[in-house]
Amino acid sequence: MTEPAAHAQDPRSDPWHLAHHFTTPRQQFDSGKLGIWLFLATEILLFSGLFCAYAVFRANHPEVFVYAHLYLSKPLGALNTLILIFSSFTMASAVRAAQLGQTRWLVRLLAVTLVCAGAFLCVKFIEYKAKWEEGLLTGARYRPEAPPPGADVPKEAAIPRARPAPKPAPVDGLLVERSTIAPAAVGPSGLAPAWLAGEPAHPPLEWRGPEPYNVQVFFSFYFVMTGLHGIHVLGGMAAIGWVLVRARRGEFGPQYFSPVDFTGLYWHLVDLIWIFLFPLLYLIT
Amino acid sequence: MASYSGVEPAAADSSHLGHVVPLGVLAAVWGALVALTVLTVAAAGVDLGNLNLYIALAIAGVKAALVVLYFMHLRYDRPFLLVVFLGCLAFVVLFISLAMTDARAYAPSLVPGQAPSMKDVHTPFGTGD
Repeated sequence: MTEPAAHAQDPRSDPWHLAHHFTTPRQQFDSGKLGIWLFLATEILLFSGLFCAYAVFRANHPEVFVYAHLYLSKPLGALNTLILIFSSFTMASAVRAAQLGQTRWLVRLLAVTLVCAGAFLCVKFIEYKAKWEEGLLTGARYRPEAPPPGADVPKEAAIPRARPAPKPAPVDGLLVERSTIAPAAVGPSGLAPAWLAGEPAHPPLEWRGPEPYNVQVFFSFYFVMTGLHGIHVLGGMAAIGWVLVRARRGEFGPQYFSPVDFTGLYWHLVDLIWIFLFPLLYLIT
Repeated sequence: MASYSGVEPAAADSSHLGHVVPLGVLAAVWGALVALTVLTVAAAGVDLGNLNLYIALAIAGVKAALVVLYFMHLRYDRPFLLVVFLGCLAFVVLFISLAMTDARAYAPSLVPGQAPSMKDVHTPFGTGD
């Protein structure tokens, strides 16, 4: 505390919003702010586990991501990005309105933020519904009805979903799993396309050739990452709704706006996570 | 509780709670975020090989910095909050980079052909092919 003791208050004149275990509103505000930032740090670490898994799998199987991301709708993903960015802007403006005591603007801006959050989830619902109907789910439920738009997959090159696991062969005392079947010859007479035999260094922008193995893993990443993010959006909506009710009662002003501020910080984090999810899931080349 | 000083409690303590970010700054940050979103979608349409991923991550990093510094007030807040945030990021970097150091060490156990990026990695059998 940098406030001199002379500035401390008479208990009789404590504002209603000052909890009994704090000396001044500033101390209460700073403590709350540190608390919410520590919480946001744990949230970042929670999501970083998923980003880490994503990084490892993408490093080993870039072809799965290049192929499967074609199933996702870039326009809808970009629309959701813009919705969330706008809601972040209205949320930041709401905090400003609370700081300036502009209650009517505070209520309006919080309402706009809440509507944007709902719109985000509606778009997400449209996307999830399309994935469900097209059989683009995780694990054994991955049964696509058609190859993704932008992919040229020859029908005769259809591959079995489940590939039998190769027999492990001990090498120098190590147990190493490796297929003993060499890739088929390339060319008009051969079966394997050039990329499967390991010819091009980078997969083409738009997919040509058969579907890669283990595409269903991409949808595991997609649903878990966007799903966890969506749960956070729901939590943010609950928090914003609660703050909105209190703002309508006129509880917030220049002396007391921590719930608005801290809800805003949480909402910006939700935006922050999406800023990374969008390019990593939708914009793969 | 210290003794009553006669100073109006609200005026004494609460007038400087947080920093009021000017509306112009908030609007400018929003405009920049929209522009960067358009840029990242446009950049994804150009095939630059591995560079695409780094460009996308760089743009996302700039957007995240704008959100954290201005929308989340970190530029104006007490520096200790920045320490908390950067400390968290340091652990994220540590976490992901350490995992990535040996992510490709399992190349020998991957089936050749299923992972085209593995073809140049040396295995007990020679190269991945």
